[in-house]
Amino acid sequence: MLLRTFFLTFVLIMTHTAVADPSAELASYKGRVVYLDFWASWCGPCKLSFPFMQSLVDEYPASEFAVVTVNLDRRKALADKFLKDIGGRSLPVIMDPQGEWAEKFAVQDMPYSVLIDKRGNVRFEHAGFHESETSKYRAHIEQLLAEKE
Amino acid sequence: MPYLKWFIATLIVAQLMACTTVKPWERDVLARRSMSLEKNPMFLSMDDHVYFSKEAAAGGRTFDGGGCGCN
Repeated sequence: MLLRTFFLTFVLIMTHTAVADPSAELASYKGRVVYLDFWASWCGPCKLSFPFMQSLVDEYPASEFAVVTVNLDRRKALADKFLKDIGGRSLPVIMDPQGEWAEKFAVQDMPYSVLIDKRGNVRFEHAGFHESETSKYRAHIEQLLAEKE
Repeated sequence: MPYLKWFIATLIVAQLMACTTVKPWERDVLARRSMSLEKNPMFLSMDDHVYFSKEAAAGGRTFDGGGCGCN
């Protein structure tokens, strides 16, 4: 019985799906301002943040700005349904069911967005999404875009 | 020494209790409709009106952001 428990525990640990290392993943975006957004399908305000993020991608050049989203749902099917309901998946989505990215960036609310400058440093953090504050979010982005690398 | 047995048993039970902090991205269960404190919003607003009239107190019974505490 004890041996079976140890064996099952060993199997569970070994089959844990590794999540891409955040530093390595974001290294490919160096030289660009990154809007890193943490969201989940059960988060109401997240539904409002997606059209805003899409407008950012449409407004700022891809050579200087990128939006990367991190999904924190426990099951991928929930995230897929959410994206289908809001109309497509044109934004890159990193699946983080274990919350490793969320821990690294110390997510304090849902949704939570982090602005990373061209050198890869976290410069601004936005807890929640408020439509009344989108001008502030844009001001932060433009401030980082204006900076040299 | 019967008290010693009870004391040891209490210590063991105390070790079984644990507290943990729910992280913001783990609040999906709170967002479920079955977890809402009030199923009927109309009754909730009527109750709030009564409490306000009688006690000049309001609110404190719902979560902001739709149950998950978002925003």
